[in-house]
Amino acid sequence: MRRHWLAAALVVLGSSLPARADEPWRDTLAKARGQTVYWNAWGGDERTNAFITWVGGEVRARYGITVQDVKLSDTAEAVTRIIAEKTAGRDKDGSVDLVWINGPNFLAMKQQDLLHPPFAGRLPSMRFVDTINKPSTMVDFTLPTEGMESPWRMAQFVFNYDSARIADVPRSMQGLAAWASKHPGRFTHPDVQDFLGVTFLKQALVELAPEPALLQRPATDATFAAATEPLWAWYDGLKPHLWHGGTDFPASGPAERALLNDGEIDLSVSFDPAEAAGSIEAGLLPATVRTSALQNGSIGNTSFVAIPFNAPHPEAAMVVADFLLEPSTQAHAQDIRVLGSFTVLDLAKLSPEQRQIFTALPTNPALPTNAELGPVLLEPHPSWMTRITEEWRRRYTH
Amino acid sequence: MRPGLVLKSVTIAVDGRVLMENLDLAIAPGEVVTLMGQSGSGKSTLVNYIGGHLDRGFRASGSVHLGGRNITAMPAAERRVGLLFQDDLLFPHLSVLENLLFGLAASVRGRVARRELAVGELARAGLSGFEDRDPATLSGGQRARVALLRTLLARPDALLLDEPFGKLDPGLRSVFRTVVFDQTRQQGIPVLLVTHDGADAEAAGGRVVTLA
Amino acid sequence: MATPLHPLSPARPWRARIAIAGLAGTLIILLLPLGAGFLGTVLPAFGILPAIGTGEVGLTPWRDLAASPGFATSLRLTLVTGLASTALAFALTVGFFASHRQLLGGRLAEALLAPLLASPHSAIAVGLAFLLAPSGWLARLVSPWPSGWTVPPDLVTIHDPWGIALTIGLVVKETPFLVLVTLAALNQVDAPSILRTGAALGYRRRSAWLKLVLPLIYPQIRLPIYIVLAFSLSVVDMALVLGPGNPPTLAVAAVRWFNAPDVTRYPMAAAAALLVLVVVMAAIGFWRVVEMGLARAGRRWIATGRRWHPAIELGEVLATGVFAALALGIAALASMVVWSFAWRWPFPHRLPVEWTVALWTQQASSLTGPLINTIGLALATTAMSLAVAIAAFEILENHSFALPAVVRAAALPLLLPQVAFQFGAQVLLVGLHLDGDLIGVCWLQMAFVLPYVLLALADPWRALDGRYARSAAALGASQVRILLAIKLPILLRPLLIAGAIGFAVSVAQYLPTLFAGGGRIATLTTEAVTRSSGGDRRVVGLLVTLQAALPMLIYGAALVIPKVLYANRRGMAGAA
Repeated sequence: MRRHWLAAALVVLGSSLPARADEPWRDTLAKARGQTVYWNAWGGDERTNAFITWVGGEVRARYGITVQDVKLSDTAEAVTRIIAEKTAGRDKDGSVDLVWINGPNFLAMKQQDLLHPPFAGRLPSMRFVDTINKPSTMVDFTLPTEGMESPWRMAQFVFNYDSARIADVPRSMQGLAAWASKHPGRFTHPDVQDFLGVTFLKQALVELAPEPALLQRPATDATFAAATEPLWAWYDGLKPHLWHGGTDFPASGPAERALLNDGEIDLSVSFDPAEAAGSIEAGLLPATVRTSALQNGSIGNTSFVAIPFNAPHPEAAMVVADFLLEPSTQAHAQDIRVLGSFTVLDLAKLSPEQRQIFTALPTNPALPTNAELGPVLLEPHPSWMTRITEEWRRRYTH
Repeated sequence: MRPGLVLKSVTIAVDGRVLMENLDLAIAPGEVVTLMGQSGSGKSTLVNYIGGHLDRGFRASGSVHLGGRNITAMPAAERRVGLLFQDDLLFPHLSVLENLLFGLAASVRGRVARRELAVGELARAGLSGFEDRDPATLSGGQRARVALLRTLLARPDALLLDEPFGKLDPGLRSVFRTVVFDQTRQQGIPVLLVTHDGADAEAAGGRVVTLA
Repeated sequence: MATPLHPLSPARPWRARIAIAGLAGTLIILLLPLGAGFLGTVLPAFGILPAIGTGEVGLTPWRDLAASPGFATSLRLTLVTGLASTALAFALTVGFFASHRQLLGGRLAEALLAPLLASPHSAIAVGLAFLLAPSGWLARLVSPWPSGWTVPPDLVTIHDPWGIALTIGLVVKETPFLVLVTLAALNQVDAPSILRTGAALGYRRRSAWLKLVLPLIYPQIRLPIYIVLAFSLSVVDMALVLGPGNPPTLAVAAVRWFNAPDVTRYPMAAAAALLVLVVVMAAIGFWRVVEMGLARAGRRWIATGRRWHPAIELGEVLATGVFAALALGIAALASMVVWSFAWRWPFPHRLPVEWTVALWTQQASSLTGPLINTIGLALATTAMSLAVAIAAFEILENHSFALPAVVRAAALPLLLPQVAFQFGAQVLLVGLHLDGDLIGVCWLQMAFVLPYVLLALADPWRALDGRYARSAAALGASQVRILLAIKLPILLRPLLIAGAIGFAVSVAQYLPTLFAGGGRIATLTTEAVTRSSGGDRRVVGLLVTLQAALPMLIYGAALVIPKVLYANRRGMAGAA
């Protein structure tokens, strides 16, 4: 935990360094008025798209900012584009103002110097963020955010299942392998190219690795081989019992959700504990789907927004980032009829009235409580993710 | 007598093959000269040369004069050389009247005046009431008359006829021939008639030039 | 000869020179993104990409590519799906025309072909994915009775590792195109009398068609076949939706690596994109060799004088295959229309259990932008392409250039895989501050819209009786007046149809729009492909419906407008 405190301290320290850091927030608001924010975000989820549209309406009314939702089929498309801009020598007037990002894409942008100087510390609503019980709001895949990205929603690994068809839901990754051999062809995970697919493998890695603490450090050839050996043994046993015999995989989380909806599988993975409840509301899953957490906790992380180095409207991007952290916005996002995403805020830091909005939110039988979800396990260093994807490809692509 | 259509020492070749060499020909206003010859002897090529429609592959020397103007290098549209083919080539998307108005010289001004003139000519040709007809619904003889009318309304200084009677019934053919030659004589237009048909040449009554 | 002969020079030589220079300049500008794009792919493929600091020039990217997991499978998959789908589409087309006197009576054929011709590849792919899935429409039709499936069977149908679903998708989309171009080619030969002559000599229809008609029309459908081949080998959107993912086809792998978070994959992505180009060129060369071999064998077969061969009876099967392909395609599109009105449609129900129009109303606001972009881009590129095509034909015709040669040259972009240009083109546009700009997207799309418009217009333009123009000129009309008052009105129908084709091509563009648009220009097609990776088939159904309906409306208008305008002109009924 000490590392995270250090990271948090760095954020506070870092936020006073950049040139514009001392600019009063109201000056930022004044500059932002009339600007357009090109918000690049993965567009595969309708509810998120609708939420971004809602944010656009709100910030236009309140701050005079126009939000253009740029839907990506892969977040890396935005990174590619910023690299193309850098290649062409476009150091300002880039095409991206704000990008929904985390993990490896954040690492890539950080390493390639594609990010705007630290800004998160300047956001007024940053003070509500839960940095103690939700350390992933400050440490993105073991990388300190250093104020270069701002959190907006929480994610945690869970199972979704159709209670009309199965009752014996697995409660661990070991249990999953046993379950799959009893129900061949009724479970799969997204392609490892997709973040949820590789998160599935990371969840198993965290559970199965002999020395989980090693995962918090960059992987070396030796640590990787040792730590992942049980993972591959486990996966070799699981793979033949997967949907389609493990020869192909749904492209993404929502694509896997569609398989659950179509009845092609009975059990699916999700990185959003409220996904099932929200999808039932939206007609995207049968009403009998329920969410199940893992008994020893599961990997969780935070979705962030970051500003590229050449963003033409960083002020408006910051105002949008701050708006995403406002308690009323966070409560709206947590509404299962909207997104259902768990808040990044610490409810204890809010006023009673603000807390009231959260407690008054509707619930659903498919929505787990925080207690049911169990502890949040930390994401391994991004190098593990890249290596797992590569190693999986090497082993299972012929 | 003012000079009509005059060809001076015209030589035309294509792909190294000489079609005609040093051809001299003068056609007086109102005169009809008939051009005969086998297929491929260059009859149509000469018509295209005079009209300014010859394709690029051809090489030529000599000159064409019309009403005293040297028109050899002029674009087709400025030569004032009318042209009638075996097919009437009435524009299929225009009505009979619109076809005539397209042809009618722009020097006749005023919408109403132009229309009246064209309608009047149509009536004189025995086609009154045909103004708004679709050309595709006319008989062959009627179409031929409209095509002639359209050509003459452009007020050409010369007229080239490329087998214009070929597709008409024998009965219609002689009637139409008479109409054409009466009109061109009346208006003093020099005419070059290309044909296979000896009867055409006879009806024209003028000189006959044969290309080898 | 008495006087030296001189070539006939145009009346205004300087005008001609300006016109030709202008035309050449326009074409160069239009093709510039391809040239720049090609360079931007070749350099990184050999390790030259300063932006990410890999300055080491050499073959490392190629070695990385060859060593990447599943590379051999990818390559084989690309070749097999591309060649098999093209060969199958061609065989179906030949079998169909050899077997059937008339194409279902012209009008019906138009009605059946039009939706498939007008719909983007991605739309048909998304529809087929639902049709063929284990939980899809076909499985639902036989479930639970008579199949006994209460849950979908665990069968691999789409995304299959052999690429069968992708091959089916390509056949469904490309067969109508080959049928259309064959119909056009048949219009230029008098097939009925050739077949009558054959019959009089004792050859039945299929033999006579293969021996007498096919050799006559093949030269005219060769280019379209190469276009289909090149497209099938390099398609991205359809392969994403129907093809296998592990490993995918080469073109998909290239796009994936271009988009990987790990930017050091760039050079390898560029090498893969370049390899797609090599594969396309090699496949076209291979096809040409097979073509010549078959032609020689065919000539020997003709010389034998044999009136019949057992293989000929396959024609009936192949002809049925055409109907199957058309039916699959139409059903795929229809299923997406149904989805757009579904709230809940679980397996094994044959139709939705809860219907709604909510999707249409909910999505109306978020789809207005993409819809306007799609229409605007399509209208702009189509109008510009028509203008360039008309100017090109007019200038070339007036100066007696060989039209076919020029059209064939302009078709070159269609023989090259789009993925080979995208990154470089993106850098060019970024450098000119045109990325993410409608102008940039227009520019890049033009390189693919213009060739189709040129191809569609070339034959009707050539077929127009040149004596109309001569008659008009003899009546004193200027070039411009002849063009505006005679040629264009007579060619109205083919002009509108070429425009409708251009419109459909623009609507279907995925990669050029994605890369040049910098993701900021959303069109129906980019939205449909992006969202097809998401889980809401209802929204995808709505997008596909719009994607297919829009070009079809334009196509319908292209058929109806001349009929209304020339209702009273019998000579225009089948003009040109």
